[in-house]
Amino acid sequence: MRTPGALAVLLLCSIAGSCQPAASIDSGWGSAAPATQVVEEIEVPPPPFTEGVFPCSDCHDPEIPTNMRRRKMKTAHQEIELRHDQEHRWCLDCHSAVDHDKLHLASGELIDFTESYKLCGQCHGDKYRDWRAGVHGRRSGSWDGHKTYLLCVNCHNAHAPAFQPLEPESAPWRPHGGSQ
Amino acid sequence: MNETDSSRREFLCALAGCAAALAGSCSEITHTPFFQKRFRELSGEERAGILADLVTEQSERFGKQVTLTAEGAREGVLFGYALDISRCVGCRRCVYACVEENNQSRDPQLHWIRVLEMEKEKGIDFAHADAYYEAETVPRPGHFYLPVSCQQCENPPCVKSCPVGATWKEPDGIVVIDYDWCIGCRCCMSACPYGARHFNWGEPRIPDEELNPNMHYLGNRPRMKGVVEKCTFCIQRVRNGRYPACVEVCPVGARKFGNLLDPSSEVRYVLEHKRVFVLKNELNTRPRFFYFYGL
Repeated sequence: MRTPGALAVLLLCSIAGSCQPAASIDSGWGSAAPATQVVEEIEVPPPPFTEGVFPCSDCHDPEIPTNMRRRKMKTAHQEIELRHDQEHRWCLDCHSAVDHDKLHLASGELIDFTESYKLCGQCHGDKYRDWRAGVHGRRSGSWDGHKTYLLCVNCHNAHAPAFQPLEPESAPWRPHGGSQ
Repeated sequence: MNETDSSRREFLCALAGCAAALAGSCSEITHTPFFQKRFRELSGEERAGILADLVTEQSERFGKQVTLTAEGAREGVLFGYALDISRCVGCRRCVYACVEENNQSRDPQLHWIRVLEMEKEKGIDFAHADAYYEAETVPRPGHFYLPVSCQQCENPPCVKSCPVGATWKEPDGIVVIDYDWCIGCRCCMSACPYGARHFNWGEPRIPDEELNPNMHYLGNRPRMKGVVEKCTFCIQRVRNGRYPACVEVCPVGARKFGNLLDPSSEVRYVLEHKRVFVLKNELNTRPRFFYFYGL
């Protein structure tokens, strides 16, 4: 009496066992594909360039080889005070020396300034993940539909990213006192 | 006995006659506030009539065309809110964006959002919180900020305390007030453990040019003296798929909003990945307004 029951259980287990990895592989591939698409669909405003600074190739002639030596700027960009891990970083860690109108990732891949979040995400992975989910930073649009993101650099100056203190709006009136 | 009966009958007949005459003479007026029923008991036709009359009345009063809807809750939607107190800097942008969006009275001043300044050393401590802080810049060192507005409770004590049923929880979780039915007794205000409800002690005043003309009957239409009001998650915006005004204005992106029933919504992400708490959990009000540490 027990044998058919045990067989059935075994059979079920083997089916479940054989199906399990296949199912998880499927869902793995399935979820990976749309995730990649989402990255490309991220709608961001234009990066906040200082006026007249972009395209960089207006000044940086591609014919002239870039001085790759880390140094203090003397003839241009002196106004940039780097306060972003300045002991370890300098211009060419993010800006491309090959194509001056682009940024580059650690892999060497060139990216546009409109995709700078990929560059930031290399170090700030946890913030990048939250930003992608809409939880780090401000979003506008619809809670149930189209959303607009902000680039990291729309809120954080890439060269000095700490969030600057703000002037608060006026305090509420105290009760019974009219205006303060 | 007979005499009394007949006089009583005569009186009633006369009364009926008067009522009939009154009804006849009033037949062209669609909306008589004195006889208006509770919002939830109105037929579709009655609602439309009341909305149309209010549009005319408010457009004339403020000298511009207003729109007024009574759009209902969407199926499969339960609104939730999440606020990142590790990011809030206490700048009060949300307070004034809310005032403008929701037509709060400017003078007397009425705010639906109150930003509390607290000391980091003390943690969340309402007894020593300060809503009236003044500062050149925020955040002030050693302080953090906790904005408080209606918590849109799952189990709202304000609704239970209203003696006339003028406030209730909508199917999408928003607790609303029928301003035309509120008698101004303020029982709901004393029942609310969050101080989220506010009373119009004086005639509310909004400059004509500052009126937000896009209104919802249960939300930001201009209120009258003697009624209670509070945050509705910007019902006029969120029922159209938009974010509340405070979410869009927050300069640090501390405010998150969405559908709790949608696993891909931002609030769900917060609930699943962050350290979340609600205010006064021990009271079992079960707020749908969550606070979290995003850092």
